[in-house]
Amino acid sequence: MDMSQGLSTVGTDTRMQARSEAVLSAPRIAIEGLSFFYGANKALKDIKLDLPDRQVTGMIGPSGCGKSTLLRVINRMYDLYPGQRAEGRVMMDGMNLVAPEMDLNALRSRVGMVFQKPTPFPMSIYDNVAFGVKLHERLSRPEMDERVEWSLTRAALWTEVKDRLNSSATGLSGGQQQRLCIARTIAVRPEVILLDEPTSALDPISTLRIEELIDELKRDFTIAIVTHNMQQAARCADQVAFFYLGELVEVGQAAQMFTAPQQKRTQEYITGRFG
Amino acid sequence: MSATMVQPDTAGRKDAVARALGRRRYAVDRLVKALCWLATAIGLFFLASILLTLVLRGLGGLNLSVLTEVTKPPGSNGGLLNAIVGSLIQTGLGTLIGTPIGLMVGTYLSEYSAGSKLGNVVRFVSDVLLSAPSILIGLFVYQVAVGPFGGYSGWAGCLALAVIVIPIVVRTTEDMLRLVPVSLREAAVALGAPKWKAIVFVCYRAGLDGILTGVLLALARVAGETAPLLFTSLGNLNWSVNLGQPMSSLPVTIYQYAGAAFADWVQLAWVGALLITLGVLAINILARVALQRRS
Amino acid sequence: MSQAVTERPVRRSSGQLGDKIFAGVARLSGVFVLVLLGAIIVTLFVGGLPALRAFGPGFLSNADWDPMADVYGGAVAIYGTLITAVLALVMAVPVAFGIAFFLTELAPMSLRRPIGTAIELLAAVPSIIYGMWGFFVIVPFMAEYIQPWAIDTLGELPGIGWLFQGPPFGTGILTAALILAIMVIPFVAATMRDVFLTVPAVFKESAYGVGCTTWEVMRSIVLPYTRVSVVGGIMLGLGRALGETMAVTFVIGNTNRISSSLFGPSNTIASLVALEFPESPMGSLKLSSLLLLGFILFVISFIVLAISRLLLRQRMRA
Repeated sequence: MDMSQGLSTVGTDTRMQARSEAVLSAPRIAIEGLSFFYGANKALKDIKLDLPDRQVTGMIGPSGCGKSTLLRVINRMYDLYPGQRAEGRVMMDGMNLVAPEMDLNALRSRVGMVFQKPTPFPMSIYDNVAFGVKLHERLSRPEMDERVEWSLTRAALWTEVKDRLNSSATGLSGGQQQRLCIARTIAVRPEVILLDEPTSALDPISTLRIEELIDELKRDFTIAIVTHNMQQAARCADQVAFFYLGELVEVGQAAQMFTAPQQKRTQEYITGRFG
Repeated sequence: MSATMVQPDTAGRKDAVARALGRRRYAVDRLVKALCWLATAIGLFFLASILLTLVLRGLGGLNLSVLTEVTKPPGSNGGLLNAIVGSLIQTGLGTLIGTPIGLMVGTYLSEYSAGSKLGNVVRFVSDVLLSAPSILIGLFVYQVAVGPFGGYSGWAGCLALAVIVIPIVVRTTEDMLRLVPVSLREAAVALGAPKWKAIVFVCYRAGLDGILTGVLLALARVAGETAPLLFTSLGNLNWSVNLGQPMSSLPVTIYQYAGAAFADWVQLAWVGALLITLGVLAINILARVALQRRS
Repeated sequence: MSQAVTERPVRRSSGQLGDKIFAGVARLSGVFVLVLLGAIIVTLFVGGLPALRAFGPGFLSNADWDPMADVYGGAVAIYGTLITAVLALVMAVPVAFGIAFFLTELAPMSLRRPIGTAIELLAAVPSIIYGMWGFFVIVPFMAEYIQPWAIDTLGELPGIGWLFQGPPFGTGILTAALILAIMVIPFVAATMRDVFLTVPAVFKESAYGVGCTTWEVMRSIVLPYTRVSVVGGIMLGLGRALGETMAVTFVIGNTNRISSSLFGPSNTIASLVALEFPESPMGSLKLSSLLLLGFILFVISFIVLAISRLLLRQRMRA
């Protein structure tokens, strides 16, 4: 249980085993008092939310309510854009992720993100998956091959592409590209995966496959998924958080949220009164 | 409404007026269209005339000795070898020097300047340099690289051509990088890539076709430039690949030969003109085809 | 959990250093471009300073170019530059417009790409080729047909006759302007075509809907909508025409005299510099005068190009 080891394959497996023995209810990420600003506009107001370890947290709410914004705070995506800033705490392993001294590249090796639009890099399938790994680890060719195969297998893509790993990733279908993006993300062995409306650009069959994938991935990864589709949240999420106009209105177990929400606004959104 | 009570012959007159107006309008329309066809025909006619002239006057003189002999005094059955090689060297090196600079400036404008005042000024200056008279670039390089260093040289020629290449590459690089979707950049950064790796390994690759096209077009442009070389590499009637010495080039040699009183020199000028034009057109077509094929 | 705190030390990774270096290089190269332009301007001006001190502002109005007496004036060159460029634009703009109109509205779809490419190839032909072609094809044509005819007919007319005088050598201001016009046509046509294509289809459709002819749609919808950019494109063509060297040098006649006739020989700044440079020793007043003329040309081009860019970039922002 040597958790200070680097991200070699051996160390990671040990780490994952250690995690499975950890206290399940301890949150992987604890968000406290988080506010976010686009310039002078306060887009997130004092959010308090826990992302439980190895569970799926669904984030729902009407357009512009801040759920994607919150996701992008967790992996410090907003750092790319001047004029955007966060106040508060996003705690992971005792470290505040939004603190200025946080090492962003290391953070992103532990917190991965999959975007709404599939974004295959203009290179081969193999190079796509290896891209992130090469940023953080030095693997020999056989080790990299193994990691690529592992990632593509976990992303339910291996059988479809194993004979054309060197072909361009842009030749894949939309659903395959998104699974490639998932493979690429998990290849760096993060602890948390953030999914920003991962299936809204895909057809229903691909959507279903990815939802099945999420169910499997949560065995090893903590997942937060933003979705416009309430049925998807109901299917995939363990806990659901409802956002409205930058505030976290209510959070609770998925079954309870969709049958007996406690807040009136939650009830109205779920029954389709707005949004 | 009184409109419904219009008298029959008023209606007939209105109809006639409308018809007469219509005839005139359609006549004007047809005339303008005919003029536009004519204008296009004029443009194409000139292109055809230029190409035809080059072929008719140049092809006859195209033989092996042109490519194997260096320039010689009139009547000595000279060729254009040193001019061709000199052009290849200076064009190649000029493009080689100018492209990385243009690439970095284009990257700066697209990735780092983000609407800042400095970025706007740099973009403006680059546009000005793009269309600035190339003879002035030649004068400038003469003053800084020929005068102080005691003589014309191939290096000065390369520098002058590099200055011309830079703004072309800046423009295409910036345009190409701007086309790369934000989501691609973010995906690279989300994996933990520092910004520069996201740019170099993802954005450059995504925009590669366009950037290469820009480089090819720059190459085609400087291959035909004469004026800047007149003041920098001057030209050399002998064989020389020494960049520290004056260096021959095809456009300058053509310039010197074309106005000459010797028929064989004039013939060589036409051959050289044909070669340059074929080369430039080939590069242009290649750039277009390559871009279309991949997109 | 205390083990987890030591798992990932918070530190600046090497990625940050790479970022700093790369960003620094990018910024530096941006500044380099500014320095380059500044260097060009300063070099030309400093080089021309001796001539400016020797001749003062009279340099602009003096039409002498006398190497023997070491007295130089830029009036002929400046006059030639401006008049050939303006004449070239006058001839080029209607043709360019016709081509742009043709490519956007009139041509059958299958022809648009090849003809568009052909026009762009016209822009790719190097200027020395234009010079040669102009000298060996256009000049004899002008000398044999156009100029004698014009001198005999138009030259006799009152009021404009003085424009068409002189021996029909085939060279001269009009010939140079003609070659420049042909060179500039593809640039202006391409800009106009790009700009015409930005007009939203719905505007044109509503005009067609009330029964406008194609020309009327162009005249009352497309041109007003694109007016600013069209002028910008014309200015861009003007900027190129002002600085052309090789195309003009062959055909302008290389004479330092302001003549009123369109067939009279003259010089432009670019052609004068090209022709006189070989006989201008370093540090001589002659070279300084050439550099001063270069500086003046740069100022004129800069102003024209700046205006053009201002007008064209408005379209991009819109």
